[in-house]
Amino acid sequence: MMTFDQNAFLIISTASMIAISCGLLGVFMMLRKMSMTGDAISHAVLPGIVIGYFISGSQRGVEVIIGAGLLGILATLIIDFLRKKAKVQLDASIGITFTLLFAIGIILINLLAYKVDLDQECVLYGEIAYLPIDLWITNSGFSMGPRITWLALLNLLLVGSFIFLLFKELKLTSFDEGFGMVMGIPAGAINLALMSMVSYTTVSSFDAVGAILVVALLVVPPATAFLWTKDIKSLIKLTIGIGIGISVLGYYLAFWADSSIAGMMVTVGGAVFLISAVLTSKKFKFRLGTQSNQEAFNS
Amino acid sequence: MEDFLYFFSFQDSSIAFIVLGITILGIGSAYVGTFSFLDNKALLGDAISHSVLPGICLGFLLAGEKNPYYIVGGAIVSGSAATFLTSWLKSNTKLSEDSIIATVLSTFFGLGIVLLTVIQKTGNPEMAGLNQFIFGNAIGILEEDLWVYGGLSLIIILSLSLLMKEFSLLVFNQEFGRAIGYPMDFIRLVFNILMILSVVIGIQAIGVVLMAALLITPGAAARFWTDRLSTLLILAGLFAVISGITGTYISFVLPKMPTGPWVVVCLSFLALISFLFAPKKGILFRYISRRKYLRKTHRDHVLKSLFKATEEGKKGLNKNELLSLYPHHKKETLGSISYLLKHNQLNNIQGLIELSESGRTEAKRIVRLHRLWESYLNEYMNIAPDHVHDSAEKLEHLITPELEELLDNRLRYPKLDPHQENIPRDHDDI
Repeated sequence: MMTFDQNAFLIISTASMIAISCGLLGVFMMLRKMSMTGDAISHAVLPGIVIGYFISGSQRGVEVIIGAGLLGILATLIIDFLRKKAKVQLDASIGITFTLLFAIGIILINLLAYKVDLDQECVLYGEIAYLPIDLWITNSGFSMGPRITWLALLNLLLVGSFIFLLFKELKLTSFDEGFGMVMGIPAGAINLALMSMVSYTTVSSFDAVGAILVVALLVVPPATAFLWTKDIKSLIKLTIGIGIGISVLGYYLAFWADSSIAGMMVTVGGAVFLISAVLTSKKFKFRLGTQSNQEAFNS
Repeated sequence: MEDFLYFFSFQDSSIAFIVLGITILGIGSAYVGTFSFLDNKALLGDAISHSVLPGICLGFLLAGEKNPYYIVGGAIVSGSAATFLTSWLKSNTKLSEDSIIATVLSTFFGLGIVLLTVIQKTGNPEMAGLNQFIFGNAIGILEEDLWVYGGLSLIIILSLSLLMKEFSLLVFNQEFGRAIGYPMDFIRLVFNILMILSVVIGIQAIGVVLMAALLITPGAAARFWTDRLSTLLILAGLFAVISGITGTYISFVLPKMPTGPWVVVCLSFLALISFLFAPKKGILFRYISRRKYLRKTHRDHVLKSLFKATEEGKKGLNKNELLSLYPHHKKETLGSISYLLKHNQLNNIQGLIELSESGRTEAKRIVRLHRLWESYLNEYMNIAPDHVHDSAEKLEHLITPELEELLDNRLRYPKLDPHQENIPRDHDDI
């Protein structure tokens, strides 16, 4: 049954688009040493999604996206508040914030279970496998194809143009915030914009891969790419490549093992990361003899 | 209310048993978590707690049922793998620590999800029990499981208490510990094992996703109340126990509700109270003491201006003259004047505000400190006389009598400051 049919194409392309959007943002999150903040945001949007869902009565409402966006920004503000006003160290602020917001989300899901057709499992691993049957049907009854694919495409376009338009600003503020400020770049606003894009991407990908696995797509491909290169342009290209690669491999492996596609994508990503880490690690280079003598002496 | 009484009177021995279990378990996790919080490794606990999921699933697959030994064993194996991987990646790649933790955490969790869906497809009826590990269900813990988890918690609490000195060294000053001959790497290994154990037992009640809260939040909240390690540990344990029991009670009343989220909400609420209202470190306390300090400095400035006016030969200043000296601080100035009048440092004689005897002594002290500091900066730090004023403007509120004595001594009791102004002393008038 491991064939390349229309469903496979739809799922793989949707997964790739999600992986690319996440990866593009993830590169900048990683360069800013904010990977864990990304993790926190993707957990923290959950109550926003549930409330938006409750208000609009459907998963498709704009309210869901607005709610999640607001919660994502709220999470960054709470982290900042705890760190600066209450003087809690950064990692603890992140830990406290996301666990609280995620807990509230889970409680809301349970309280509103009769009204909201969300369950805890959807939060965990999404339902990309059901993508071909979840169609976007226009008012006139014309089927436009899978809804999630359209969402992913829109998300990719937005993230892509966000990165393309603000590339210089993002790059500068990621590497040297002080210099960026001197150049007249509003670092705070850029940061907030990036966080909003991360929240939006989380919501948009939520249906497909679940809240927690979005983190993996945000973090793992950029981290893998970073093992191989330091140049930001090749970093982005490599991240995109890895995103597509793990989507294809993940789909077929999930098919073979009869398991969650999103989970398998992440597992494949982790394996690629681990192999890269071993291949690029200091000890391995030493064995291959590619290390300079001085470094070999030091290790 | 009936539920409340039923629950807390412990008529049902199994409830009493579970509450006891949650208490030991909360103390154990909070204990370990406080140390890792102090060690600035709060998120490592998060990574470990997400990473035990594949181990739990593997244990389940191997045993074919929810056997506590297999599950704890599997969880320990995958938690150790994650911990080892984190430290290996840290020393062998150029990735930053948070990238490493986020990568390890999400990858292991992804793997766990894959295994979980595989188990789901096998249609094993005990599958439902496995879901409890994700968001926790304290009420669902079986009595025989409780023996295993309670025993492990006791081991954690005991070993942390017995090796308190070693772990304090690890957390506060590792280099010193190494220098005086402690095997720090071994101690770290033991600590990591205890952390993994505490995660493994904690997830029963609170679940893998939210376990980080049980490790981080009690320590972070307790840190606001005390600087002593022993008090810190007791408080953190107390917070964890209160939240644990609250969460258990709620999932007892609402059987479909998982325990974990409620434990976290309760913990966060306690933490919020600590952040806001704790003495000394709380936000409210710091805000109030800052306001007090600002008011005091403003009063000092008012006294100083009045003293300067007397130096220029005036008896005092009227209200409008004083207000015009601080154009943007009308409210503060009026407040300072009425405070000083009430405390008899100023006299209001027919609209003219003058220094009283005690006010004059205080004003003299401030002006003296200001000018002494200026002299010191000028003489010892070689700062030009026109650059010393700003620093003195701040230090005049802070210099203690001891410091004043020292300054006076060093400068050999000067009469004039760098601006050739008189340095006023208490017995000048005589």
